[in-house]
Amino acid sequence: MDIGAWWEWTTDWLSDAQNVLFVVIALVMVFAALRVVTSPNVVHATLMLVLALGGSAALFLMLGAEFVAWALVLVYIGAVVVLFLFGIMITRAPTGRDPVSLDHKRRWPAALVALTTFVTLASVSVAAFEDRVIENTVSRTGDLGDLLFSRFVMPFEAVSFVLLAALIGGIVIARKDPE
Amino acid sequence: MTVSQFLVLGALLFSIGIYGVLVRRNAVLVLLSVELMLAAVNINLVAFGAFLQDSLLSGQAFALFVITIAAAEVGIGLAIIVLIFRNRSSANVDELDLMRW
Amino acid sequence: MTAALFALAGEAHEVAHLSDGGVLAEFAWLIPLVPLVLMFGIVFFGKRLPYKGWELAEAAMLFVAVYGVALLVLNASEGIHHEGAIEIARIGSYTIEWGWVVDGLSIMMFAVVGVVGLAVFTYAKGYMKGDERYTWFFAAFTLFAGAMLVLVSSANLIQLIVGWELVGVASYLLIGHYWEDHANNAAAIKAFITNKIADVGLVIGVIIVGVTVGSFRFADILGAVFAGDSALAQVAFWAGLALFIGAMGKSAQFPFHVWLPDAMAGPTPVSSLMHAATMVTAGVYLLGRMFPFYQNEMFAADVKAIIIVIGAITLFAMGLIALVQDDIKKVLAYSTLSQLGYMTAAMGAGAYTAGLFHLFSHAFFKGLLFLAAGSVIHGVHSNNMSDMGGLRKSMPWTYRTFLVGSLALAGIFPLAGFWSKDEILASISYDAGHGGGTLASVVLWVAIAGAFVTAFYMARAVYLTFFGEYKGHAHPHESPRVMTYPMIGLAGLSIVAGFVNVPGVFTGFTDWLAARPFPMGDHHAEAINLALAAIGLLVALGGIAAGTRLWRRDAATQQERDRFRIPVLYPVLANKYYIDDLYRVALVDPIKGPVARFINWTNTYVIDAVVNAFGAVSKGLATFVYWGLDQRGIDLTINAIAGGTGEAGEALRHTTTGRVQQYLGALFAGAVLLVLGLLIFT
Repeated sequence: MDIGAWWEWTTDWLSDAQNVLFVVIALVMVFAALRVVTSPNVVHATLMLVLALGGSAALFLMLGAEFVAWALVLVYIGAVVVLFLFGIMITRAPTGRDPVSLDHKRRWPAALVALTTFVTLASVSVAAFEDRVIENTVSRTGDLGDLLFSRFVMPFEAVSFVLLAALIGGIVIARKDPE
Repeated sequence: MTVSQFLVLGALLFSIGIYGVLVRRNAVLVLLSVELMLAAVNINLVAFGAFLQDSLLSGQAFALFVITIAAAEVGIGLAIIVLIFRNRSSANVDELDLMRW
Repeated sequence: MTAALFALAGEAHEVAHLSDGGVLAEFAWLIPLVPLVLMFGIVFFGKRLPYKGWELAEAAMLFVAVYGVALLVLNASEGIHHEGAIEIARIGSYTIEWGWVVDGLSIMMFAVVGVVGLAVFTYAKGYMKGDERYTWFFAAFTLFAGAMLVLVSSANLIQLIVGWELVGVASYLLIGHYWEDHANNAAAIKAFITNKIADVGLVIGVIIVGVTVGSFRFADILGAVFAGDSALAQVAFWAGLALFIGAMGKSAQFPFHVWLPDAMAGPTPVSSLMHAATMVTAGVYLLGRMFPFYQNEMFAADVKAIIIVIGAITLFAMGLIALVQDDIKKVLAYSTLSQLGYMTAAMGAGAYTAGLFHLFSHAFFKGLLFLAAGSVIHGVHSNNMSDMGGLRKSMPWTYRTFLVGSLALAGIFPLAGFWSKDEILASISYDAGHGGGTLASVVLWVAIAGAFVTAFYMARAVYLTFFGEYKGHAHPHESPRVMTYPMIGLAGLSIVAGFVNVPGVFTGFTDWLAARPFPMGDHHAEAINLALAAIGLLVALGGIAAGTRLWRRDAATQQERDRFRIPVLYPVLANKYYIDDLYRVALVDPIKGPVARFINWTNTYVIDAVVNAFGAVSKGLATFVYWGLDQRGIDLTINAIAGGTGEAGEALRHTTTGRVQQYLGALFAGAVLLVLGLLIFT
């Protein structure tokens, strides 16, 4: 590896304003993700997830997928995280610092697995797509809507069924026994 | 913007999510880590969609489906956790080892 | 050889025109079958029937008697010859078949067996009353009847042997009927073994004849005789001799006679039917059946000299022993032996008709004599004449029938014995002039002397039993009607049976017997030989007179009477010429002693040792296979595999902790490894 060429390429890459923005958002996201998995406070973990998800919404905007970005904010951050907070409430997780440790004692096997996974995935991706650049385009929401109801109507309907099943299933599972 | 930067980011988030799933003892936190993994997958999908300039916008469509399914899964998952908590008054995953030898 | 054939034919009656016999002959195979079937009926149901099985036996004999007489009448009007056969098996080129022949000879035997059997079975109902093995007795007796009929109806030598042996079995069973007394057992065994020794000759003769001719059928064998088969002619003498030895056993000729007196241990009906009228005549019947074989010069004619000598010895020597017997049944037994000697001598003289005519009439009067003797024994509860005397008044019908039988046996005109004995004398005399030579002349004088002896001992028997004073301790009474009526019937037959063959007047019997597919070639008298008839009659009357003189008046005891009269001969005669002792010392004792011990040793130390060795080797082999190969080898391997699997499972189960996170960890690690592997190796 030619360090000189690599430094050249990196400074070139950083000259683009989008890439700087990307680096900032990425750092925030990674930090938030790390806090999700290591925070001793349950509520803090949940809120860090909000941050990570927000960062990904920003990245979607950069990539031109506006509808997906706002859908993510609405659904994920708006509904799912709230659901998580409800779940924490119902399972009476202690707010504030948990007296009992939230993690397993032996963490190194998991760290090893995670590290190996990252190294494998990253190296494979970089080896395949070294320098390929994404063109800056913004996709139209209207087109996405058309496509959803024409080409992707079957998965769309299937997902609707899944939601229905999840809804009913959730109710059935969690209700108190009628006695 | 290269594709690789998004892919590497996605890989990083995915790995962190794996670490969280394997390490956390509270069932809700495990589910949280799973959400993290799904978010990483979304990033991958949309990045590829933008890179390939797909006329079908399949990357974004699939990202939408992933979001929807994630929501449904969280709903069911939490319902199950609630039920477990009701039976055992603890959400500790370590104690859910009845199906062992 | 053809000249001899024509010479014989010229003297004989022509073969009568033979008819097929129609329906009666066609179903004649029922005659031996019905008694055998009813025997099984008696065996299985007899005890439950009202008469305990006797009714089935009587029904069998009634059937045979009626059928036999019907056939006899039909044969008298038209000569019958009918043969039928069912093939049973094929061995190489020999056919084993069940065949029945209905011709003059077999019809005569059917009638005799049936009529005498009917009388005896009726008599036996009364005689065997109260016996504890009543049903079994009639089963065995019916078996005998069936077997005898099989014998006389058989169309081939193999079947004849079957019937021969079966009557031997029946004889053994019936002689040993009172088996609680060991002596009766011994008598039964003696009869069976003596017959069996003689049967060796029979079987050898049958084999020689059958193999040479290629078939066992009488029709084929006699056909070979008439065709002048040279192969058969070469072996004919030895075959004929062997067959005659077999006949000697069954017909109790000297020296195979020893079993018949001992056979008197059986019940009297058995003695009457089997050992007087029918079974013992089987040997004579065989000679009659094979008669052309013995008559033809080319074949076994030389054996006839032996036959006639044996017959002559038997008839005279046995008659003498009858003079010193105390047991009334033994007297009659030796008398039977003597009369069988007459029949055998007749056959040896080439007198087919005469011998069989004597068989016919002897069956009636000897059967009657035994029944009457049984009646006496039944009334006096003793066999010995020294316990009898003066029974003329207390048992009138028994006395009368016994008297008729004795006169018939002695040969007094016009009873049956006169005609048959005269016919024999005439035939022997003829043979003396035509080929028999001096031998036949000597035998003729022996036969005449025998007639004297016959009359002599029968007179003794009559006087000692029925005259004088009663010396026993029982209360003699007449026997019931079921016993006396058959006796009276047989007495009537003894009177009239002789008239069926009066030479020159009515030769019905000759014609009946001639109903065979081949001419027998024997001489038939055209008219009564008055000289011989007169000599025979005078001799018989002389015997009666001598007996009256000696025994009419009472003497104190039996032994005293006899010893006083016959000083020198008495010990010899009383010990039966020491023949029984000779057999015992020479044959029986060596076999019972050293031979039996040697065989036992061989069996224990040689044969058993081999068998035990096999057993021990097998056991050792089995033990090795079990312990060495199976338990330690195979089982160990399999147990190890099973145990190993179990232990592996035991170790592996600790991986199922039930904790999802550990499962997930394993899953991710595995996936990553797979991907790495894929990357590295492609």
